[in-house]
Amino acid sequence: MTLIETTSLVKQYGRGKKEVSGLAGVDLTVEPGEYLALVGPSGSGKTTLLLSLGGLIRPTSGQVLIDGQSIYALPLAQRIALRRTKIGFLFQTFNLIPYLTALENVQVPLMIAGKGREEQETIARAVLERVGLGNRLAHKPSELSIGQQQRVALARTLANNPSIILADEPTGNLDPASTNGVADMLHALNSEGITIIMVTHDPRMAARAGRVLELVEGKIAA
Amino acid sequence: MRKFDIILKELSERKSQLVTSFIAITLGITVIVGIKTVTCYSEKAVARELDNLGANVLVLPKSATVSDYYSADFVNAELPEAYVDTIIASGLQGVDNLSPKLTIPVTLKARKFILTGILPKNEFNSKPAWQITGDIFTRPMGCGAVNVRGAKIGDDTALDKTAVRKEVINDLGATETLLGFDAARLLNVQKGSSFTINGKAFTVRRVLPPTGTVDDARIFAHLHTVQELYGKGRVLSAIEVVGCCKEIARGLIDGLNTLMPDARVVTISQITSTQQRTNAMMAQFSLIFLVIIVLVGAVSIANYMFANVQERRREIGTFIALGMSPRQVLAIFYGKALLLGVVGGLVGYGLGTVLAIGLGPQIAHIPVLPMPALLGWALAISMAITLVATAIPARNAAGLDPATTLMEG
Repeated sequence: MTLIETTSLVKQYGRGKKEVSGLAGVDLTVEPGEYLALVGPSGSGKTTLLLSLGGLIRPTSGQVLIDGQSIYALPLAQRIALRRTKIGFLFQTFNLIPYLTALENVQVPLMIAGKGREEQETIARAVLERVGLGNRLAHKPSELSIGQQQRVALARTLANNPSIILADEPTGNLDPASTNGVADMLHALNSEGITIIMVTHDPRMAARAGRVLELVEGKIAA
Repeated sequence: MRKFDIILKELSERKSQLVTSFIAITLGITVIVGIKTVTCYSEKAVARELDNLGANVLVLPKSATVSDYYSADFVNAELPEAYVDTIIASGLQGVDNLSPKLTIPVTLKARKFILTGILPKNEFNSKPAWQITGDIFTRPMGCGAVNVRGAKIGDDTALDKTAVRKEVINDLGATETLLGFDAARLLNVQKGSSFTINGKAFTVRRVLPPTGTVDDARIFAHLHTVQELYGKGRVLSAIEVVGCCKEIARGLIDGLNTLMPDARVVTISQITSTQQRTNAMMAQFSLIFLVIIVLVGAVSIANYMFANVQERRREIGTFIALGMSPRQVLAIFYGKALLLGVVGGLVGYGLGTVLAIGLGPQIAHIPVLPMPALLGWALAISMAITLVATAIPARNAAGLDPATTLMEG
């Protein structure tokens, strides 16, 4: 069964003469376990499409189906629950909470999901160990390197064991060594069956994906 | 980790932004608690002073003055005894005790005395219309500011003098008298002795201890005996009322004036007028400060919260992307407001109490002690201010579009 499907997805920003088209009719299907790279020039609608798939941007028209369910037809609470349990976001700027340690940052989605403190800590430690940061649990983001910060962000994405990872230029701010590290980890996660949809400008990252789609002016070009 | 941990860590990370708001709310509560504490103790001091006076309200004939009353020089000005029924039947709040009196100057052994007719308690009980006064005589006097129950009459102390003035005479026979200390000495009589007034024989039931007041020269007899002895009919010279001081302030006097338009109702409040003026001023200050702190505190907290939401847009967007609901976002901001309110209230209460204890004796010339009851009040005001001031910024935060914040540079 198709995991993600969009039909005639349109997103327009602004009104009248100031109207800008973010997505201009995107039809897309993603099968479970796929590793999809979205490429294209800046302003082509990649991030808009990614956030729409994650339930964060309501399209002007069209539908986003996950497991056959139109997510924007769901009540807000159910859409939030879907995001909490099924989807993990990975951002270019990491979006770590600056006043929390690495361990606490990873605990945040677990806390939001209602898990107890002991369970939060156990899971957070395990995923941080997995991304090679078992010795940086008590460090705040400002005390970590850029590459380490992105690995904390990845650990946070994995905390609730999502079946879909939506990554928005996850290596955009990283040096080549860190880029390779993140690319390897995403590949490994995909090998475990996690569906990955990644926006990237980096041809080497795109080359690691199973499928590459190019967006131009809000439409899939290739 | 809990949401409370996030609140604490965020607060400790951004302490400097918090300081101004915290100082505003804390200082405001400090000032209000300080003023309230001093005012309350000042009011208690007034209550004590009024209580020590015994009867603090006098109902006099329209043409009489307070000095007439104390010199027993009424020049035939009289009140109908029926006014006692009027007061009792009115159910006015704050009448702790009342004593109708008929005062007549008499000359015995070439000396002047004040024959004072009084009604003993059993007279009140024997009249059906006055049955409701039963508890007037058992109520603690003066709002309980000074508890004279159990005080023994006899020692020459200030409290005992008060007790003498307030003593309830349970019964008094038609030919019995109670003699003031000076009257007994000048008439050379003692308990059990007999003497005559206007041709009628009386026995001395008791000699009262000295009070240092005009009462020492009084001869107390049954009101109706005195009325009959001098052919006065059912009239009075005055009704002494022990009014609850708080009710006096709230309009007991006006109430009595309305009840008895033909009488003159006066309160012996001149002695405490300075203290009462200070209290009124403090109460006004308290109100003014309350308004100022509500405004300054609320604006300061709201300003801080608006800035905080603005600064944390990306963070809030991330929380929402990670699955946080708008209600959970609201809980974080309201939790922070509550924490600020509780700490501000506690610290403000502590500082305000210290301020009151330190400055109270200098400002109001009274000793001041901590008032734990104000703690809840301080917390309630402080929390109300922070919660109300946070409402709009918190709603803004909960309503943030995560996509917009995540796509911002």
